[in-house]
Amino acid sequence: MEILYENLLDFQWQDIVMILLGCLLIYLAIKKEMEPSLLLPMGLGTILVNIPGSTALTGPIAELYSAGIANELFPLLLFIGIGAMIDFGPLLTNPKLMLFGAAAQFGIFFTLCMASIFFPDFRDYFSIAIIGAADGPTSIAVANALGSNYVGAITVAAYSYMALVPVIQPPVIKALTTKKERMIRMPYEQKSVSKTTRIMFPIIITVVASAIVPDATALIGFLMFGNLIRECGVLDSLSETAQNVLANLITIFLGISVAFNMTADKFLQVDTLLIMGLGLIAFIVDTAGGVLFAKLVNVFSKTKINPMIGAAGISAFPMSGRIVHKMGLAEDPQNHLLMHSIGVNVSGQIASVIAGGIILNIAAKLMRG
Amino acid sequence: MPDITIGQAGVYALLGYAVVFAGLIALMLVTILFGKLFTMKKEEKAPVLPAETAVPVPAVAPGTAGKLKLYNVDPKTAAMIMAIVADKMGKPINELRFLSIKEVAE
Repeated sequence: MEILYENLLDFQWQDIVMILLGCLLIYLAIKKEMEPSLLLPMGLGTILVNIPGSTALTGPIAELYSAGIANELFPLLLFIGIGAMIDFGPLLTNPKLMLFGAAAQFGIFFTLCMASIFFPDFRDYFSIAIIGAADGPTSIAVANALGSNYVGAITVAAYSYMALVPVIQPPVIKALTTKKERMIRMPYEQKSVSKTTRIMFPIIITVVASAIVPDATALIGFLMFGNLIRECGVLDSLSETAQNVLANLITIFLGISVAFNMTADKFLQVDTLLIMGLGLIAFIVDTAGGVLFAKLVNVFSKTKINPMIGAAGISAFPMSGRIVHKMGLAEDPQNHLLMHSIGVNVSGQIASVIAGGIILNIAAKLMRG
Repeated sequence: MPDITIGQAGVYALLGYAVVFAGLIALMLVTILFGKLFTMKKEEKAPVLPAETAVPVPAVAPGTAGKLKLYNVDPKTAAMIMAIVADKMGKPINELRFLSIKEVAE
C-alpha cells in the first residue's frame, strides 16, 4: 500500500510554496494579463519542477534548458522575432533620439553599484544589474552567459517589471516633471525614409555596434537580422513568420525551460527578495535617467522637448512609448508624442543590447583576470 | 574569482555607462551620415525628363491592388483610414502604397 502514497510524503513545505508561486504566476498571467505569454508557461514549469521526483525536471525541461537557454539560443531566436516587429522609421526620421535610449540605461549601472554591496560574486551583481535593460531576452542571455546562480529570479524580476511598466513609470515621470513641462508640444515632421536607408540601417547598426562592443554581436546581429527580413521587402512571409510563429514558439519554450531554475533550493532565498527590490530600483532609475537627461538637453536647446519622452528610453517596447504618449494626451489632448516616444523606445532597445554586451565584455575581462 | 571592491564596481559602472553613450553617439552619427548620403544619391539619380517627352505613367498602387494586409480591421474601416491618410497628405490615394493596416490593442 505504501507504494501508492510514499511520493506524497516526500513533499516539503518549500515544494508547496513553489507550487503556489507557480499558481500565482499563472493567475497573474490570466487574470492580470501580466506578460501572459511568458508567465503562464513559466508558472506551469514551476509547478512541474517542484513535484518531488518529477521526471519533467530531469527529462524534457532539463533538455530544453540545455538546448536553448544554457547556450543562449532561445533569447537570440526570440530577438529575430522582436527585430521583425520593430519599425525603426521614427528613429530614422530623427536619429538624435538615440541619445535618450542611452540615457535611460542608467538604471543598469546604478543597480550594478547597489547590487555589489549585497552580492559577493561579481557575476551575480552584473547579472542582476541587467534587469535594468527592461528586456527579458537580454537579461536571460547575460545572466546565463555569466553563469549567475539567480537566473530564475532575474527572469521573473525582468518580466514582472516589464509588465508593471504602466504602474512604475507614471509616478516617477510625474515626480520629476512639472505640468508645464509635460505639456510641451513636439510637432512631428513627417519625413520619408528611403527603402535603401531602411535596408542599410540594420546592416550598419550590426557592423558599428559589434565593432564597438564585440560581446553584443550575437544579440544585436539577431535583432537586426529580424529587422532586415522585415525591411528588405522580398521576404514578407518570413517576416510574418518571425513576428508571429517563431516569436510565439520560442516564448513557449523559453518560459517553460526558464522554470528549470525555479526549484525551491534555488529560488526560496532572501536573495530572491533582494533581487526583486534591486530590479524595481533599476526600472525607477532608468526612467529617472531618461527624464533628467531630457531636462538637461532642454537647458541647452532652443527647441524644447517634452522631458517625458526620455522615460521611453527603457527598452520595454512598445509599452513605454505608449505610456508617454498617453500621459501627454492626458495633460493636453492635442499633444501627440507617440512618434517621438516610439523613436526613443526603439533606440532603448538598441541601447539595452549594447549595455548587455558591455556588461558581458567587462565580466569576461574580469574573469580572465 | 577576482575580488572587486564596491569602489571598483562603481568605476566599471561609470565606464560602462560612458561606453553606452559613446556607442549610441557613434550610431547616431553614422545613421545621420548614411541618411544624408542616400538622400543625395536619390536626388542625383532622379531623372529629369523634358516636358514634351514626359509621358504620364499610370499610377501603380500595389498596396491597394490586392496586396494590402489587414489585421483585425474590416475592409470598410481600412478604406476609410486610407482615404483619411491620403487626404491629410494631400496626395491621390492611388499614388500611395499601403502595405498593411493593423489594429493596435491599447
